[in-house]
Amino acid sequence: MDLAFTPQEQAFRDEVRAFLRDTLPDDIRRRVHLGDGSQIKQDISRWQRILDEHGWGAPAWPPEFGGTGWSKAQQFIFETECALADAPPQLAFGVKMVAPVIMRFGSIEQQQRFLPRILAAEDWWCQGYSEPGAGSDLASLRTRAELDGDHYVVNGQKVWNTLGQFADWIFCLVRTDSSGKPQRGISFLLIDMKTPGISVRPTRLLDGSYEVNEIWFDNVRVPVGNRIGDENAGWTYAKYLLGHERTNIAGIGASQRELRRLKQMAAAIQRNGKVLIADDVFATRIVQVELELKALEITNLRVIFAEAQNHAPGPEASILKIRGTEIMQRITELQVEALGARALIAESAEVDLDEEVPRAAEAYLNQRKLTIFGGSNEIQRNIIAQMILQV
Amino acid sequence: MDFSFNDEQQMLLDTTQRFLGREYSFEQRHKLLESEAGWSREVWKQLGDLGLLALDIPEADGGIGAGPVGVMLVSQAVGHGLLLEPFLSSAIVATQAIVRMGSNAQRAQWLPAMASGDLIAVLAHDEAAAGIDFSRISTRATRSDAGWSLSGSKSVVYHAPMADLYLVSARVDDGSLGLFAVAADAAGISRRELRTVDGQRAADLAFDTVRIDADARLGDEAGDRLAAVIDCGTAALCAEAFGVLDRILKATIEYSRSRKQFGAPIGSFQALQHRMADMLIQFEQARSMMYLATESCSDTDAAARRAAISGAKALIGQAARHVGQQAVQLHGGMGMTDELDVSHCFKRLLAFELRFGTTDEHLEVCRLQLQETVRQ
Repeated sequence: MDLAFTPQEQAFRDEVRAFLRDTLPDDIRRRVHLGDGSQIKQDISRWQRILDEHGWGAPAWPPEFGGTGWSKAQQFIFETECALADAPPQLAFGVKMVAPVIMRFGSIEQQQRFLPRILAAEDWWCQGYSEPGAGSDLASLRTRAELDGDHYVVNGQKVWNTLGQFADWIFCLVRTDSSGKPQRGISFLLIDMKTPGISVRPTRLLDGSYEVNEIWFDNVRVPVGNRIGDENAGWTYAKYLLGHERTNIAGIGASQRELRRLKQMAAAIQRNGKVLIADDVFATRIVQVELELKALEITNLRVIFAEAQNHAPGPEASILKIRGTEIMQRITELQVEALGARALIAESAEVDLDEEVPRAAEAYLNQRKLTIFGGSNEIQRNIIAQMILQV
Repeated sequence: MDFSFNDEQQMLLDTTQRFLGREYSFEQRHKLLESEAGWSREVWKQLGDLGLLALDIPEADGGIGAGPVGVMLVSQAVGHGLLLEPFLSSAIVATQAIVRMGSNAQRAQWLPAMASGDLIAVLAHDEAAAGIDFSRISTRATRSDAGWSLSGSKSVVYHAPMADLYLVSARVDDGSLGLFAVAADAAGISRRELRTVDGQRAADLAFDTVRIDADARLGDEAGDRLAAVIDCGTAALCAEAFGVLDRILKATIEYSRSRKQFGAPIGSFQALQHRMADMLIQFEQARSMMYLATESCSDTDAAARRAAISGAKALIGQAARHVGQQAVQLHGGMGMTDELDVSHCFKRLLAFELRFGTTDEHLEVCRLQLQETVRQ
């Protein structure tokens, strides 16, 4: 047993750090640090191109598709270091979600058409899964795709579509058969967002941000050749995708970064005649979440190690998701508490929100999503219970 | 990064589990609990025969020298078995005290007898008012003509009733902290024997000008080395607690699968499923912190070692509270009885929380370290 990274892994970490120090543009780093999403599309795309030019555009892909071929441990190190360096996260919908499905189940033509454009940030992808009546119960989705010659005609509505306002393509789960079990009649379609009949409407969120959309499909014609794999087999592909969405599910690096910020705040903020970190109650709250994060980091490394030994997966991914999101939420709570009433300043022409007051309340409000999306934490608990109880 | 165990470590675990599985069933343990002595010298000797009492003795001293990982694995099994014998007290903590502080003569005098099971030693350190702060130790050792004179009292010393030798911490005239070996039958020691809530045997010890020989002191200033002994003992205690958590969690899952109400196993009810999911999460987080504590035993930076092990003790303490209470709740009325694993595990977890410093005391260690590092 040895909790430390191997010398090779440490050398790799040094290489990633040096790369980030030398290559991550200062303006992007600054916007990510400040939580400024005003140029999110440009920032993510620019960073993706820089990564791609360095050969690091797809940490989890095999080399034959242009990926790095890195081990899970290397991927973990890369993601953690990127987060700690205030690099923008890669756009998951392309690199981490639809790409593994195309690699595993797509045709060679689909692979050649889509994968290089994902690597080079030429296509912006978004996800069309949830519907007004299909959230946790995703299989009850009703967006229809009916065959008409060599096209499907798609009608319906998708919700909680993240960053779809920038999207060139959307991968969608659609209903192609209503006769049997709900899971059996679902197909996986890739749809060009420029196709006539698609409309995108913003959903304004509680923090004032605009990051999710409703997407309406009104007789949208999609070539049959844009279907992944077989008709009515989409549920299988969607489940496969879920397994790939989980490589960084605990968000260790992001939580470490926000914990570091919390400590910096506590070291600088004066309250009741002393610096906040000298307040024993508040300092104990920081210690509590720091310990939980340390434990989760080790748990995450254990999962990576077990995967490398080909152990059958258990409920680990759900544990990482639940605890990782709870920890991040807790840190954002403490950041708000650290600022006290000054955290309440939402906007002002005269107060500099970047320098004077970090966007802590915005982050706190926004991060409530963590325990809801990606399979709500209640769904994750159901999954854990089914695995350990088998009743 | 490597979370596997080598063959020797795996063998130690298997040996302990096999032995306890054979000799330490719920019924066999129950008989011991009810007996006059409250433990089995026979089991103890067998542990010696298996080499497990030499686990933490260096090879140079004739032991196995299994190191922190071996100690962790065996301690896990010992915790799982709810062992009543003084494994942690004698074979880990007192052994480490002698290994780290004893002279060659002292090591040769005690370690072989401890390895065979013929000699039981315990660390008599805790004082009710002192907490985990060494500077509050009020037992005093003063120079006398022939050697030392020891006065003071020690609180809830686990396994003192069966011990032959006490290793007593005391403040010395010159201001140093000393560790002194005292025969359990020395004149001037009064012993109030106790049965603890978790069914183990302990004693409050009072020392009234107990005369001991000049060579009874282990080393000189004991502070740093005693801290290391107690930290590594705490890590082993964390591993014991993890073994208990393993047993109580599996028992709860099994119970919820078999117990039927409203025509269905109670494990099919979502309210209970989510609680068990949370118990599993705490259990896995406890495992990670146990690994951290174990690895930190070898950390040469004393402050880092301290903070990591205190952090582990605090987080595993919270897991012990949460998982233990939920396990009793999920067993319903049966959780309240003396007849199932669950109540015995629950009480052992309570003892874990309160021994070697409470959860709050260890959180405070971490808090002080945080404040120091952030201010720098």
